[in-house]
Amino acid sequence: MLTCKDASRLISEGQDRKLSQREKIGLRFHLWMCASCRLFEKQMGHLRHALHRGWSGGDLPTDKPLPKEAQERIRNVLKEHSNDGSNSST
Amino acid sequence: MSISEPERWLEEHGSALYSFAFLHVRDEHRAEDLVQETLLAALKARERFQGNASLRTWLTGILKHKIMDEFRRQSREAPTPDSPEDAWDAAEARRVAENFTDSGRWSQPLTNWGDSEQDFSRDQFWSLIEQCLAALSPRAARLFVLRELWEMETEEVCKELAITPTNLWTTLHRARLGMRQCLEKNLYA
Repeated sequence: MLTCKDASRLISEGQDRKLSQREKIGLRFHLWMCASCRLFEKQMGHLRHALHRGWSGGDLPTDKPLPKEAQERIRNVLKEHSNDGSNSST
Repeated sequence: MSISEPERWLEEHGSALYSFAFLHVRDEHRAEDLVQETLLAALKARERFQGNASLRTWLTGILKHKIMDEFRRQSREAPTPDSPEDAWDAAEARRVAENFTDSGRWSQPLTNWGDSEQDFSRDQFWSLIEQCLAALSPRAARLFVLRELWEMETEEVCKELAITPTNLWTTLHRARLGMRQCLEKNLYA
């Protein structure tokens, strides 16, 4: 008999690999009896769905501002390198 | 003279790149460095930028390569006893164990999340995801991000990070339990 811990592992691994027939049957039987693990499976589905929708190609919904000092420093580095480029090409 | 093109990239995309980098490396200075490295690489490769992709996407693509390099390096570093990663792992293993009783049942009742995504804004949800990711061990967070956000195949992740599939499954199980626990605590407390 699977414990909830085992079942949660199989539910997780089922997102990363194909479960064996035996594992699938064991899991299905456990889920049939266990409301908590059915909720866990649903939560995992929700999480994955929400992440995929929120991510969309890596454009994050949140913007953490680049600190001013860092921006200044990077601007100087970019300036230096832009000049290097034009010097070496002429 | 008006500001140069790379400086404009910095103005317009600096913060987006920085947020992206920070989510992955969890360190402000490292994230700043990655933004700089990305813009320098972009400057060098600017002829290769095709106008048909958005500039943001192109820059993010370069940044992703740099993050992957960093992940590879972190993952391949020989584990030393008492390394910070080990301490994280131990704490995480304890936290995961707390999910279950000795007989392997859930120690706390689970909540029905239902269609609850609609109950909070996209920004709220996302900042919570960031917060929960930051609470995972670096190892677990790396794998979770590559699988669930970058949507890389399991085999590819194992190859890139030089880990076994078993290691990946175990760590992702932990990561998902950790994310679940954190979300439930913060959303439905």
